[in-house]
Amino acid sequence: MPTKRFTCSLQNLEAICDYITHYAKQAGLDEAEVYAVQLAVDEATTNIIEHGYGDECASRIDISCEVLKDGLKVEIYDDAEPFDPSSVPEPEINVPLDEIKPRGLGIYLIRKMMDEVRYESSPEKGSILTMFKWHKK
Amino acid sequence: MNIETTDYKRCTVVKTSGRIDGSNASVLGQALKGITSGGTYNIIFDMTDVNFIASAGWWILIDTQKTCKPSGELVLVNVEKGIRDSLNLVGMGSYFRIYDDLTTAVGSF
Repeated sequence: MPTKRFTCSLQNLEAICDYITHYAKQAGLDEAEVYAVQLAVDEATTNIIEHGYGDECASRIDISCEVLKDGLKVEIYDDAEPFDPSSVPEPEINVPLDEIKPRGLGIYLIRKMMDEVRYESSPEKGSILTMFKWHKK
Repeated sequence: MNIETTDYKRCTVVKTSGRIDGSNASVLGQALKGITSGGTYNIIFDMTDVNFIASAGWWILIDTQKTCKPSGELVLVNVEKGIRDSLNLVGMGSYFRIYDDLTTAVGSF
């Protein structure tokens, strides 16, 4: 599975997007599915940089893409502080404008944009976010 | 990030291109704050050349909408399908009027 290492910087978001877009297209995903993968990976890596590492630093984010028969598998590895995505409450959506609060949207988007999302984390091994996007049936 | 602003009689049009993500959303935020702090609350964000917007960008637009209302409004123009779909998915589509062309948007104020 091809893996590319990126340093922990928001300036790398575009390069990360270009990297995964190449494999998303190779996997035969349509335009909307490619956009969904781009958004999910962007939200995930932004969370790692801003909340996992806490700041831009020299640490690594390894991204692997695997073209599957039915779609695309993306793995994002980091060794920041372990983090439990299920601890983040779902954002309140469809509420009046003045009641909306800027929290939890990134993880919610990842779940909504991708078809399958798994998260494994341990202090010894780091964290792996595995996401799948399948072709439309 | 290059941001162009054009003042019309009843509104200001803001235009940028490419990606809006965690690396540059604050630049857009500063530009929009500069406009609202000058007392202009009728704003059109022309997204014709925007091909990606992450949640960091949406929060900037939501904040601007909160500032503009009720005196005025932030409206969006030419929102790409992928962006519009993700905006609707999280229920944020209802916070903005979206127009398919700039002339109609300008005429709405």
